[in-house]
Amino acid sequence: MAGVVTIDVLREWLTRFRDAVTEQREWLTELDSAIGDADHGANMARGMGAAVEKVVQAAPEKVDALLKTTGMALVSSVGGASGPLYGTFFLRAGASAGPVSELDGPALAAALRAGLGGVVDRGKAEPGDKTLIDALLPAVDAFEVGLASGDEELAASARRAADAAAAGRDATLDLVARKGRASYLGERSVGHLDPGAASTTLMFETLADAIAESGR
Amino acid sequence: MKKLINAPEDVLVESLTGVALAHPELSVDLETHVITRATPKAEGKVAIVSGGGSGHEPLHGGFVGPGMLDAAVAGEVFTSPTPDRVQAATQAVDRGAGVLHIVKNYTGDVLNFEMAAELAAMDGIEVQSIIVNDDVAVQDSLYTAGRRGVGLTVLLEKIVGAAAEEGQTLSDVADLAARVNAQGRSMGMALTSCTVPAAGKPTFDLPDDQMEIGIGIHGEPGRHREALAPAKEIARQLLEPILADIDVTGSPAIVMLNGMGATPLIELYLMYGEVAEQLKEAGVTIERNLVGNYITSLDMAGCSLTVLKADDEMLRLWDAPVQTPGLRWGV
Repeated sequence: MAGVVTIDVLREWLTRFRDAVTEQREWLTELDSAIGDADHGANMARGMGAAVEKVVQAAPEKVDALLKTTGMALVSSVGGASGPLYGTFFLRAGASAGPVSELDGPALAAALRAGLGGVVDRGKAEPGDKTLIDALLPAVDAFEVGLASGDEELAASARRAADAAAAGRDATLDLVARKGRASYLGERSVGHLDPGAASTTLMFETLADAIAESGR
Repeated sequence: MKKLINAPEDVLVESLTGVALAHPELSVDLETHVITRATPKAEGKVAIVSGGGSGHEPLHGGFVGPGMLDAAVAGEVFTSPTPDRVQAATQAVDRGAGVLHIVKNYTGDVLNFEMAAELAAMDGIEVQSIIVNDDVAVQDSLYTAGRRGVGLTVLLEKIVGAAAEEGQTLSDVADLAARVNAQGRSMGMALTSCTVPAAGKPTFDLPDDQMEIGIGIHGEPGRHREALAPAKEIARQLLEPILADIDVTGSPAIVMLNGMGATPLIELYLMYGEVAEQLKEAGVTIERNLVGNYITSLDMAGCSLTVLKADDEMLRLWDAPVQTPGLRWGV
């Protein structure tokens, strides 16, 4: 394992995540209209837009401030269930990271794990409930496995995490929703991807991209 | 879509503007979408904050005033308000005795109010919450987000509002709220879908000769769909699952027959007549009632029935004076 993630790379990540949810907003909304209330794409695009704007404005120099600024912006602009869930992810990740200007692999893994813990505490969802946890949990696990293998570059572990998120997202297709508004559909929720797992996959794909880009 | 609006994206703020002009006894913040009493209640009394998506009027803004809510937080149509706005409302109305949040059981509402309570706690404000989950149409709470919060919310806001007004402590008010929630059940049905302004078309397609039994207040799917039946049969279909879930036999009850927004009063009273007769047959004494539009779903036609098994304290608090745009008596 080698490499560090600077605050500039994290900033680049947030910008790329905003661009991704903005580009994919119609797809995310389409997924949501099948089993939810058809606003996930619009909400995430608005939320990440506000987050990046706040980050540019406040120009935080430490990782904890950067992630907390992002989390609060999401909490106060996304609404629905996604606002508190994504907001809590970044707030907890920031608290774990602390006032530093870069994260090595284990510190980034700890931050992601803390963020995941926050989402679990907040939403009380378990794997298999057809929520964003189904992408988030395997991604964080895969990132740690990659680091633990010892000889993998940080960028490779991030890519491994993104791939695990995507696999988790795809696996939500056959699940029966047990949380959120989709749960009222019961069996009728089968055959649709979970929109939260889809946006979480974008979050990990853009993290992998931002880290890969910085290594070049 | 045929609606009295200017542009879909302006509906909420323009409606709140109208609320402010129509009700000088309320104070409306057009930035945070928080509605409070123009004259706050006395220091040392518990404050009551409720809120949720808009489109259910008069819930919640119409129930702000002496004897009921201190503040209502209006989210976008059918969308929970964000935590910072709930926190703003909580801060604005705290009179030093703590604040009760009344939350309807929808994932978004629960999560946003939970975060708001944490933010308020950081400001040194004591917050307790009641999550209302009275909808018997959602059967299996183990594999769903649980029963939805619907009509009982109105009755609960009235009763705990009166308790706070007479100076009960936060823990007493919260206990009372839990008791009301445990003893009330609701069931709804739709004759037509509603149309969310931003969507511009009906949420679901319901043929003229069909009805949907067990709907929520956002056009969520019901238990089942079937051929339109006479009122007597619909009343039975609303009442049966309620009485199957809670034993009200021999008890006094507070009953609400609520319109979903587009059903005229002549039909609501007709339905109330059917419900009252069937409740009497079941041995239930209706001590108090409400008939009208109290928790609506935009322009949906249909109705919901709420039955609260009431004790003496609930009845006494129900009768206490209330002075709000949506409920008003004893003043």
